[in-house]
Order: sequence, then structure tokens, then C-alpha cells
Amino acid sequence: MSATDIEDPNRRDFLYIATGMAGVVGAGAFAWPFIDQMRPDASTLALSTIEVDISSLTPGMSLTAKWRGKPVFIRNRTPEEIEAAKAVKLDDLKDPLARNANISSDAPATDADRAAGEGKENWLVMVGVCTHLGCIPLGQQGDFGGWFCPCHGSHYDTAGRIRKGPAPENMAVPAFEFISDTKIRIG
Amino acid sequence: MKKILASLAVLGFMMAGTAAIAQEEAHNAAEPTHFPIHKPKLIDWSFSGPFGTYDKAQLQRGLKVFKEVCSACHSMNLVSFRTLEDLGYSEAQIKALAAEYTVQDGPNDDGDMFERPGIPSDHFQSPFPNEQAAAAANGGAAPPDFSLIAKARGVERGFPTFVFDIFTQYAENGPDYIHSLLTGYDEQPPAGMEIAEGTHYNPYFIAGKSLAMAKPLSDDQVTYDDGSPQTVDQYARDVSAFLMWAAEPHLEDRKKTGFRVVVFLLLFAGLMYMTKRKVWANVPH
Amino acid sequence: MSEGHSTYTPKTGLGRWFDARMPLPRLVYDSFIAYPVPRNLNYAWTFGGILSIMLVAQILTGIVLAMHYVSDTNLAFGSVEKIMRDVNSGWLLRYLHSNGASFFFIAVYVHIFRGLYYGSYKAPRELLWILGCIIYLLMMATGFMGYVLPWGQMSFWGATVITGFFTAVPLVGTWIQELLLGGFAVDNPTLNRFFALHYLLPFMIAGVVVLHVWALHVTGQNNPTGIEVKSKTDTVAFTPYATIKDALGMIVFLLVFAYFVFYMPNYLGHPDNYTVANPLKTPAHIVPEWYFLPFYAVLRAITFNIGPINSKLGGVLAMFGAIAVLFVVPWLDTSKVRSAVYRPWYKLFFWIFAANAIFLGWLGSRPAEGTYVVMAQIATLYYFAFFLVIMPLLGLIETPRRLPNSITEAVLEKNKGAGSGHPSGATASAETRG
Repeated sequence: MSATDIEDPNRRDFLYIATGMAGVVGAGAFAWPFIDQMRPDASTLALSTIEVDISSLTPGMSLTAKWRGKPVFIRNRTPEEIEAAKAVKLDDLKDPLARNANISSDAPATDADRAAGEGKENWLVMVGVCTHLGCIPLGQQGDFGGWFCPCHGSHYDTAGRIRKGPAPENMAVPAFEFISDTKIRIG
Repeated sequence: MKKILASLAVLGFMMAGTAAIAQEEAHNAAEPTHFPIHKPKLIDWSFSGPFGTYDKAQLQRGLKVFKEVCSACHSMNLVSFRTLEDLGYSEAQIKALAAEYTVQDGPNDDGDMFERPGIPSDHFQSPFPNEQAAAAANGGAAPPDFSLIAKARGVERGFPTFVFDIFTQYAENGPDYIHSLLTGYDEQPPAGMEIAEGTHYNPYFIAGKSLAMAKPLSDDQVTYDDGSPQTVDQYARDVSAFLMWAAEPHLEDRKKTGFRVVVFLLLFAGLMYMTKRKVWANVPH
Repeated sequence: MSEGHSTYTPKTGLGRWFDARMPLPRLVYDSFIAYPVPRNLNYAWTFGGILSIMLVAQILTGIVLAMHYVSDTNLAFGSVEKIMRDVNSGWLLRYLHSNGASFFFIAVYVHIFRGLYYGSYKAPRELLWILGCIIYLLMMATGFMGYVLPWGQMSFWGATVITGFFTAVPLVGTWIQELLLGGFAVDNPTLNRFFALHYLLPFMIAGVVVLHVWALHVTGQNNPTGIEVKSKTDTVAFTPYATIKDALGMIVFLLVFAYFVFYMPNYLGHPDNYTVANPLKTPAHIVPEWYFLPFYAVLRAITFNIGPINSKLGGVLAMFGAIAVLFVVPWLDTSKVRSAVYRPWYKLFFWIFAANAIFLGWLGSRPAEGTYVVMAQIATLYYFAFFLVIMPLLGLIETPRRLPNSITEAVLEKNKGAGSGHPSGATASAETRG
């Protein structure tokens, strides 16, 4: 720049910085909608709550509902299965946490904390996705009579807790509630 | 050069003007060839202009008119109940409203289709099972879907109005048209005009001198709880506003975002202009 | 890319390492920093940069829209509405894209008219001009196919009419049309191939833009005087001078763009495209997007047979001819002087041509009846006469005004009495700025 241009260098620098900053802010704001559009859209979110009728489930029966694109296992457990799950000592568990979205995140993985709560202990509701790499485990199979994931050999017990194999966590219990004795709302 | 430009502009305007007039003169009162016969009346909408917002009370009244009158024949299948939140309804109210509708779902585990009450994620249901049934029940012409009707109808503004519209931000062609159509049934056709059997004269109709739909609204037809006048004009305004919302639910968001963007760009342009002056200060160009 | 020797000297070890292996920073430096541009460029020259950002913006918004769009005749209309209603910021992205197309064309028309006014097509920039014409053709194809995707009434009938052009070709016309459509009428195969091509063509445009910029950097820019750069004082460095001016032009352009996107997003569209396509019902008036209207008016102006050519083929030929004539403009203009600034008569005919083009556009939006047809015929006649008669003859008979000896002389003459005359050595100052 020529000599006459340096009369007020501070003002000039400020102008350049301010303009540059405005450009950065503008570019950032412009970029946001392009990222924002990737999030689940309004119609997807609207379906994130489902209501499931469980009146037809007698002990020993399960159903699979689709929630947020994933299977949710709802099982009416037999007394033997509950007994077997209760008999397990917490020390024997690979993952000691309940992984239940309805109670606090540090709750221990007792059978009561995995199941649907007092008076509803026969009900087990969980996202039927293996915590290893996302396959769907097969019901009433494996070494512990619970679930068995054929992809990489993870064994879950009758409370859906990981007992053997590569999966790191118990299967997740989603937020749900009984809106009547025969209806569950998931999500 | 400015003189040349100015004279060119004048010349252009004159040519266009004479052309438009020539076309106008071709009109014949009894047998018009261009529609609508009357331009829509311009209404002062709450959602017009750069700071326009929807009047929620008006939208709620409009929804009532739609539900009690229009929806007997017209579907609105792109609008879901959950979006009625924009009108100021609570989740419980929306659930109750959705449950008034019966939705076909299925198949269930037995392979049968079944009917259930609507839930918020469902869309407004068509009163007819399919388009053929809709056409058959309405003398061969299926009533159009209303989801986008406020953007799908617009009377041409003509030269030079369409140029001024850029500066006045006139974008309410749709609701103005709907309002005018709904209130335009009372006019009598000029002497000598033939109106086809089973159609109804309306000088505001965009595609002819008469349409298959009979006058849909009459005074006191829909009961308003908020004391608004129960007149055809008020019904027409409310339902037009509601249909504008149905067609453009993000209008408020759009205008608000627009204000921020335009203010930012103005500031940015100002800064850039000063920077440009600085940079070029000692370079004659 | 610029002529002459590169002045790039990497300052760091890493810079030297990189430069020895792949001199990309050198290319950028030579093309967009040290590259000399005429110092007298006016704001009409910022439209090249504006067009580049519009192309990038269209590609970006287009890619994200494609993440939600479904190219199936049963689902396309609904998927666009889902974007408008449910997708986060979807309404914004879609309005940016649809209005972006219009503003892309506004910018390209300013760019083309600037080239015509200042004689930017004349030797040695013929190839630059032809590459620009190819970009314009590709843009038209892209814009047309993009308009079909929402599958509204105008999408469908626009596609029907435009692919119908090809039936005018003798003997093989119908065969070509069916080839384009993948059927006997516009339908699912048509929509799918248009989507695929609409996605592809912008990248082809980007490719031709690279060639266009390459050719530009070989010949250097034209300027309002039309006189070639003769010495260093005629130019300034691209950065910061042209960069900052282009940036200002872009922001002002974006301001107008934003005004339309946010306040009148449907002004440039057609209401009928908010009605889902119905192959059994034609809208009352089929009108293409506004940027095709002048050519549409030319198409409809040919209502008579010309010898063995019937009016249908004549119309199609006239319309394609109106675009094709642009390609040969460098050889139609016989004038030795480039810029209209020094050509009083050319200037007059140019502005009549510009007004005539707008008038043709307006006629294209009118129904083809009565006086409109006659006016369209007169306007079409002038359109072709401008290129085929006025351009060649005027160059031979017109007496141009006295040309200055150099860009610097022209600039100093303009700025007479306005302070310091001697410009700072521009290329030199670029070096000090790094």
C-alpha cells in the first residue's frame, strides 16, 4: 500500500477484521440449515411414541413392536424365568447397570429394575437390539434361556442382561408406561 | 445513454400498455373470454408484509369453517393433525380432534384392514375413498384437495402491477382469490350470458364464468364462540387465512428468519463497502 | 494459469515441499491472488464471481434436497411437500434452490449482456465466449429438468411441450421423443432420467466453468474500454482489489436473492405447480419458467409455413436458432472496436435489443392470440436482425469515437482533477501483501 494510506492503521485493521468476522458468522449461519436438515424430521419425531395392545399375551408369550425403526420385545415372562433371573448374583453380571430409561442411570441390574416395576414384574420391555453391533437376538435361546444373538454369539438371560459373548451392555429398556392393564405406551 | 434508456422504457411501456388495452377491448360482457371476470378483492391480511404473522384466533375459526363446511367434499391430505399446534391447540385438544376422524389402518395380524380413531400423526382424511368416488359424487369433477389451494390459485396481476408487487411484497394472491370466490356468488350474470346447467355463476372464478360448486357459505351457518361476526364475509376471510396456513405453515418462521438475514446482509454489505473503499482508495479506476 | 512467469515463492519448508510435488498453492496464487486484472472493471464484471457462488449454492442445496426427494410419480409431489413441511429447514433449502435457479439465470443474463455490450466475445476471446454459451445451454437443460421434478401440473405439461419440440424433426422426430421420454408420454421413466440428469449436469457445468476460467486466464479480462492491457499500470492484483469488489457485488446480489427467498418465494414460480401433475388435464395456459419466456415467444411467433418447413418445425428451428446464433456472434460482429462505449450506434441498437428481449419475455407469458402474435413476430424479427444484419453491417459503416491509448489513460481522463494520478504498482503491492 502506498504511504498516504497509513494515516489511521488501527481503523483500517478494525474494518478488515470486522468484515472478515461478519463473513465467518454469515458462512456459519448459512451452513446450519444444511446440517439441520439431516436431523429426524417432524413426521419422524411424531411417530416416536407408539401404543401397543398386550391383552393377548399370556405368560410365556412375547410380541415384537416396531418403535423408531427398531424392534421392541415385550415379553410376559413365566414364573420360572423370573425366578431364574432373580437368582443371579449381581457379581456374576457382565454389565452391572440396569440400562433402564425409566429409572436412574446408575441403578443396579437387578431383575426388579429390569422389569416393568412392582406388580408388573412379569413384563419385560426392551429394545431388541444386541448391544454389540446391532443385530436382533433370537428369543428363548442361548446358554441362559433368554436371548441369543447369532451374529457374534452374545448370550442374554431371561431379564435381557448380557451374560456371555462380545456385547458390552444389557439390552436397553426404553421409556414406557402402562396406560391401562392391557396397553403400553413406548416412547 | 440515460436519455436513450428513458425513451426506451417509455416506448416499452407504451407498447405493453396498448397491447394490454387491445386485449381488454376484446372483452365482451356477455361472452367473456378471459377469466376471472373480476379481479380478486384485496384484503388486508395479518400475514402480509415483512412482519406478517398468522392470527391464531382467525386460524381456529377458519379450521372450524373448514371442518363444518368444506371438509364435506374437500380433502386436505398433506396436513397432519399434529401441526395444528401452530394454531394454539394443546396436545390433548389435538388428540381429541384427531380421534374424531376414522382412519383406515392395517393389515393387522389376521391380514385384515381395520379402522381406528385418528392420532396426531395422521393427516386430514378425504371424505371420499378415492378420486373416482369423489368425482362420481360431484357430477364428474372431483373437488380439489385443499392442502395447497392457497398457493395453487393465483390470479395474474398483469402489467405493470406485477412489477410493483415486488416492492409491496404482495404475495397474497391465493387467499384473496379464495375470499373473493366465496363471497362472489351473489352477483347476477349480465344479460345474455348463458350459464351451463348445474353450474353457478361467479365472476371471480379463475377458469370460467361459472363453477360446479354451489354457494357453500351462508350467514350464521357456523357458530363462532369468540363473538366474531357470523357472516359469509367473515367465514370467507377466516377459512382463506386457514388455508394459507395449511399451504405455507412455515410462513412466520420464514419472514422472521428473513428479517435477520436481510439485516445481517445489509450490515455486511456496509462493512464490505467501506473495506472496498479503503482497498481502492489510492487506485483510480 | 496466467500468462508470464509465476511470482509465487513458498515461504515455509512445507510450502516448498508441496510446491515441488503438486503446485496447487502456486496455481491458486497465480490465478486468484497475483493474477492481474484491468483496473477499470465496473460492477458488471462482478457477475462472473456471483455466478460461481450461485453454482456452488445450487449444488449444495440440490444435494441436500436429493437426500429427501423421491423420483417416483406417485411420491415426488408428496416428497417435495414433506421437505416444505416436515424436514428441518426444508422450506428454506427448497426455496433457496427454486429461487436460486431464477437468480442464477438473472446473473447469467447480466453476464451475457455485459459481454455483448463491451464486445467481450471478440478475438482473442471467441473460445471463452463459446464455452460460456455451452454453460448457458447446460444451464437451460438443468433448469428445465429441475422444474419437472416437483411433479406439479407445470412440471408435467412443460415437459410434455418441450419434449414435443423433437417431434417436429422430420422422419425420426417421434422416435427421438420416445427415446427422451422412455415411453409414449411423460411418465415415471421420464421423471427418473430427468432426476439423474438434473443431478449430473451441474457437475458438467462446473467442468465447463473450469475451462471457461482457464480460457479467461489465458486471454485476460476484457474491460469497459475494450482496450487490451498494455503495461503494468493498466492492471491491479486480483487480491485484494478484484476479490473485495466481487465480494461486495455478491453480497448485494445475495441481498436481493434473500428478499425473494424470504418474502416472495413463489413470485417467480407458477401457482399451477402446486397442483399435482394430472396427465388427463392441461392447465389453461402453459408457461415455462420466466427465464425461457423470450425463447418461448420466438417459438410461438412462427405461425406460418416457410417454404417446405411447416410452422411447427419453423418455430422449433427459430427457437433453437435464437440460442445457436449466440455461438457465432464473434464472427458476426465486424467492428474493429470492442466496447460499445466508443460505438454510439451499436450502443443504441444494443439497448433496443435489451428492451426487445424483455419485451419478448413478457410476450412469452401472454396467451398466443391476437395482437400478441404480431408483436412477437416483430420482436423476433428484431432479435435475429440484431445479430444477422445490424452486427455485421454496423461494424463496416459506423464511425467509432476516438479511443484512448491505454486503460490507464482512460482512467486518468475520467479521474481528472480527482487527486493523485499515479497508481500504485498493483502486481508489486500484491507481493508485499503475500
